[in-house]
Amino acid sequence: MPAYPSLDIVRRSASNEVPPQIRAGHQAEVAKLIDVSKCIGCKACQSACEAWNDLRADIGVNTGTLQNPPDLGADTWTLMRFTEYDNPHTGDLEWLIRKDGCMHCSDPGCLRACPAPGAIVQYANGIVDFNEANCIGCGYCLKGCPFNIPRYGTIDHKAYKCTLCSDRVAVGLEPACAKACPTGAIMFGSKAAMIEQAADRVEDLKSRGYDNAGLYDPPGVGGTHVMYVLHHADQPGLYQGLPENPKISPLVQAWKSPAKIFGLAIMGLSVIGGFFHYIMAGPSVVPDAAEDAARALEREQTAQTVQPAGRAR
Amino acid sequence: MTNVWMDIKNADLIIVMGGNAAEAHPCGFKWVEAKAHKKARLIVVDPRFTRTASVADFYCPIRPGTDIAFLNGVTRHLLENDKIHHAYVKAYTNAGYVIRDGYDFRDGLFTGYDADQRAYDTSTWEYEIGPDGYAVVDETLQHPRCVMQLLRKHVASYTPEMVERICGSPKEKFLKVCEMIAATSTPDRVMTSLYALGWTHHSKGSQNIRSMCVVQTLLGNIGMPGGGLNALRGHSNIQGLTDIGLMSELLPGYMDLPMDKDKDFATYLSRHQFKPLRPGQTSYWQNYNKFFISFQKAMYGKAATAGNDYAYHYLPKRDVPTYDVIRAVDLAKEGKINGYIMQGFNPLMSFPDQTKMREALSRLKFLVVMDPLQTETARFWENHGVYNDASTAAIQTEVFELPTTCFAEDEGSLSNSSRWLQWHWPAQSPPGEARSDIEIMSELHLRLRDLYKREGGAFPDPILNLNWPYQNPASPRPDEIAREMNGYTLEAIPDPANPDRTLIPAGRQLDSFAQLRDDGKTACGCWIYSGCFTEQGNMMARRDASDPDGRGIALHWAWSWPANRRILYNRASADPDGNPWNENNKLIWWNGSQWVGYDTPDYGPTVAPSQGVGPFIMNQEGVARLFVRSLMRDGPFPVHYEPFESPRSNLLFPKIKGNPAARIFKDDLAALGTSEQFPYAATSYRVTEHFHYWTKHARINALLQPQQFVEVGEQLAREKDIADGAWVRVWSNRGELKAKVVVTKRIRPLICDGKPVHVIGIPHHWGFTGLTRKGWSPNALTPAVGDANTQTPEFKAWLVNIESTTPPPPSPQEMA
Repeated sequence: MPAYPSLDIVRRSASNEVPPQIRAGHQAEVAKLIDVSKCIGCKACQSACEAWNDLRADIGVNTGTLQNPPDLGADTWTLMRFTEYDNPHTGDLEWLIRKDGCMHCSDPGCLRACPAPGAIVQYANGIVDFNEANCIGCGYCLKGCPFNIPRYGTIDHKAYKCTLCSDRVAVGLEPACAKACPTGAIMFGSKAAMIEQAADRVEDLKSRGYDNAGLYDPPGVGGTHVMYVLHHADQPGLYQGLPENPKISPLVQAWKSPAKIFGLAIMGLSVIGGFFHYIMAGPSVVPDAAEDAARALEREQTAQTVQPAGRAR
Repeated sequence: MTNVWMDIKNADLIIVMGGNAAEAHPCGFKWVEAKAHKKARLIVVDPRFTRTASVADFYCPIRPGTDIAFLNGVTRHLLENDKIHHAYVKAYTNAGYVIRDGYDFRDGLFTGYDADQRAYDTSTWEYEIGPDGYAVVDETLQHPRCVMQLLRKHVASYTPEMVERICGSPKEKFLKVCEMIAATSTPDRVMTSLYALGWTHHSKGSQNIRSMCVVQTLLGNIGMPGGGLNALRGHSNIQGLTDIGLMSELLPGYMDLPMDKDKDFATYLSRHQFKPLRPGQTSYWQNYNKFFISFQKAMYGKAATAGNDYAYHYLPKRDVPTYDVIRAVDLAKEGKINGYIMQGFNPLMSFPDQTKMREALSRLKFLVVMDPLQTETARFWENHGVYNDASTAAIQTEVFELPTTCFAEDEGSLSNSSRWLQWHWPAQSPPGEARSDIEIMSELHLRLRDLYKREGGAFPDPILNLNWPYQNPASPRPDEIAREMNGYTLEAIPDPANPDRTLIPAGRQLDSFAQLRDDGKTACGCWIYSGCFTEQGNMMARRDASDPDGRGIALHWAWSWPANRRILYNRASADPDGNPWNENNKLIWWNGSQWVGYDTPDYGPTVAPSQGVGPFIMNQEGVARLFVRSLMRDGPFPVHYEPFESPRSNLLFPKIKGNPAARIFKDDLAALGTSEQFPYAATSYRVTEHFHYWTKHARINALLQPQQFVEVGEQLAREKDIADGAWVRVWSNRGELKAKVVVTKRIRPLICDGKPVHVIGIPHHWGFTGLTRKGWSPNALTPAVGDANTQTPEFKAWLVNIESTTPPPPSPQEMA
């Protein structure tokens, strides 16, 4: 994705320093609020995302569910996930339909894990964008994401995910999915406004008997710029595996921070150690006696293995 | 709809029954989602837990085809618990009207039934007429033969226990629905009913809707903001189709085509007098002759004169009530229809009993398909293996494909569910050789006219004299046609007070149907559309969205029939004195000299409340009908009849199968199956990702829902050892199909009279053309029998069997 708002990059993968910008502090953080309780699973969002981003997933098959395509992909950046839930407290059936896609974390695991400088960027407005021009196709971002979102493109070996329509937002438009959503289940605006709106929705849901309704804005990743209003905010796992307390995996954290430091330290120590060894022990020299014995052995072995004529192929 | 889309947000209670509003109308559904603002509640009553149910406050299951039992049960609950809007019922309904002696209802049949004809002599279903020539009314509603007492008697057997036994709706859920509905009987609370094909696609579809009319009328919810009986139409312009009268028995504006027995114009008019049945009532259909004569002038111009009864003899006369799709297929199969022009229609997939349909098409001499898409109907002759097992060599039909524009390439109006006529413009030019339907039809007409001119014929006058006043006869412009529909003066109209003065000069667009005349001075293609294209211009193109006080009425956005009235019967939103029933939910009111408010009055604007003119100005009574007299073929009250193919016999009237007044042709009756061979209740429907058989041709829609599936409940899947995502064979007495299965919790067995009924859901959308995986229409299985009044086929309730199976073999096209 072309990094339209390139002036607004606040964080960059595999880069120790990001220079300060002249626009710092004058941009609001945006957020997309997905109200799962209003979503009817119509897939207008999936359709708009395909259309806007010129993507066309394959025409697949039905695998026993209304979900299609079956999973996110390099050409499927958002997906309706359907869960049929027999609520044991009310005895009622619930059909929980969640729009899956990148959460645009404040502390993005993908960005942390990415070893390619500038392949993943975070803008001041909170959007986390992949810059495929810089992507080396290592797939580390797939492992780094606590929500299992990025997908690897088998044609061009690059990683893809929802861009929160950074190109549209850069020119003052709402994301394609928000524009297409017919019921207003997807709202877009400043994160502060979305939090306010979510509060109204949660109050309404509670009045309808959803005692544990709430806003999903997980603190373990610093909060996200895609948030959900959930009927059952106490059980996010009901919504086809939305993680309850998502955090960047300790392995990624360690590998990029302590492990990196540790690794660099090991390399540094090896160089210093080697240097001192050379100074103190000198270069590695083969003794003359050993050299002579080796030459004698070589002459013997050559004499024994005389090549017969007409060797078979 | 009696109300409008935006008005749904004014409701306190929304009931979606006989439809799946979220699935089929996701954009309009935003107005239902607005319920949060008013703390409104949404109830869904449906055989399946649908996408609408997923956002509802309460869901109650129901067996397909038992809606009348449920709603008559609700009516009984309202009457027993006295939860009706008394003042409204007394003033605005025929509750007190006395029915003549001789009317009765016994053992499931009304008086006058002829079993051989499957029809009624409806003369006993009429009011007692007093010496003053008007219907007799008992203001106390106590007369044993008054409508209120007859209604009580009629619904008495629909107890909550009986509703549970028939419908499979658990008693406590049914009663909860009754309670929520009953709470809207007070003037300060209002309910809206949203329905669609789940009610219309039955052999008693019209009565399904009637039964909710009775409920809403008793509650006083008709004519109120947030109320109404709201049909969510299934196509962007299907409202337009019925408005223009594109049914074999209609003329534009819901007039009807004369019958054989209407030997002359006077006889025909005598059946359309619509004299008021109560003193002082408007009975607006009394102006029928003005609408009809103006229509004839629009059609035949100078050839229609007072001297020849305005070319009455030019109109075809019906020898049967209707040439509906089921009859047409039957005739074509017998070789009695030889040619067919399929315009924007894909009957091989959309008509019931696909096998019969294919046979009918095979017997045609010629078939013309006018469509923007490559339809299955156009390819009915082509063998697609199991998906279309046609013996191509044996088929002699000559098929012509005339590609047309699609909606995004056309200019014109679309009439939506809210009766809004919205003008739209093309987004792009048509591809290749595609031409607009107007151009194709114009060419056909001009060439036929030319042939008749040169060669003569049995009676070519109606064709030779068809008014064709377009600037370019081969390509009439949509605005020219719209102007004709609106109506215009042919001669100067004199001022009735002063004949020397001209009120309207000749050649002017009319402002409304009130200006239509029966003396040949006006022409009007469609009287209900009069006002849509006036001297001020194209009213349908207006885009002013202002909505004062957020009432959901935008009077200057496009144009609504009739006369830009947005909510029908809006006089009924005010009491007999002209004051709103609810000050906090008002629409129009009397200010002492005229009716004012947010909407155009659906009433005489200066008719004072003291004149006692009822709000239902099209009805001869001036009031809403709880008892509909002879106006419905199958009864003045709704009766629970089972679908023609049903898993259960009628618990109330065990001897009656199906709807006794519904027509069914001999071979269609013979093709019905029994519940012994076919134990499961099937129903067909649509999913949001697709629009009928169109969007399978669109890449993005195709990938969103690429392959046919049927929905089966978990319990049945376990019983039949069917795994989620596996292939199943589903068959009826008429055909079979194979599909993937979606095993779901959203369909539960319905315990009817102690035993479970399993529902199997079969969605539309897949065929043998397009980008999706090949599949079958549920119409490979459906029966060819329709509603007693409209002949709309019973697509929503029939019988099937199911089993696990192997995948279907690939078609010749798939193997290539």
